[in-house]
Amino acid sequence: METKMDTGKENKPSANPTTIERKSDRELVVTRTFNGPARLVFEAWTKPELIQRWWTPKSMGITFVACETDVRTGGGYRFVFSYQGSEMAFFGKYLEVIPGSRLVWSNEEGGEGGTVTTVTFEDKAGETLVLIHELYASKTALDEAMATGAIGWSAEQFDQLDSLLTM
Amino acid sequence: MVQYTQGRSTQGRFDVSFAALSDATRRGVLEQLGRADASITDLAEKFDMSLTGMKKHVVVLEHARLVTTAKVGRVRTCKLGPRRLEEEAAWLHKYRQLWDARFNALDQVIEELKQKETGNGNKDGHRKRK
Repeated sequence: METKMDTGKENKPSANPTTIERKSDRELVVTRTFNGPARLVFEAWTKPELIQRWWTPKSMGITFVACETDVRTGGGYRFVFSYQGSEMAFFGKYLEVIPGSRLVWSNEEGGEGGTVTTVTFEDKAGETLVLIHELYASKTALDEAMATGAIGWSAEQFDQLDSLLTM
Repeated sequence: MVQYTQGRSTQGRFDVSFAALSDATRRGVLEQLGRADASITDLAEKFDMSLTGMKKHVVVLEHARLVTTAKVGRVRTCKLGPRRLEEEAAWLHKYRQLWDARFNALDQVIEELKQKETGNGNKDGHRKRK
């Protein structure tokens, strides 16, 4: 455990633990319990004004430029972030919405075969167990995310570098 | 035009990885080896390249420990190297940091929503929680 996580917030018990598991070649699963009813946790995952307060941690230097959600099955979402002076857009569709219990969305900014994320909210006597399941399009897609993520460069950035180097 | 810096420092290792990954063919080779081990001849054919050209790419990947090779009989077989595992561990670490940071902020949002709800249910409105 990193001591860095202990920010010493007053009258707050230490944060609930996060578990992360690579379930298969294509799947990652994250779990975390929150001290509130599923109804409220779901709200925080779906209302733009609330999403903007936690989805992009300040420590990463990323801020929201736009955040739109149309939370119903088949509805779309669009997040635009600003990072080091440039903007990046993330968008896709809500594939399934069950208020207070289940949210499934696709990532479409990378074209076809993006990641599908399923989030379930399980109410346990006023607390909520959140399970995030990320299904990558292929083993290669997850491997690539890991390989480029570790160095902090995306395939697209390498491609840009390629074109610069061959000029 | 294959160049790489050798060094034992972290920066040196980074440069080596960076140089290795900054080439589209070499990224393609890694992708290919992610599916199955292959000989240099297989790779040269797949990427429509001379055996010598492919050997150079494989050497760069070997230096970055992204690929290991073993000669069995007359065939040199390539497979993903230990660096891939280190990358996976590093990536998972970053991924965890991202979610931890998000969740800590989310805890606060949920706490506020709870307080707001309690406040609304209470006609006096201003009563403070202990």
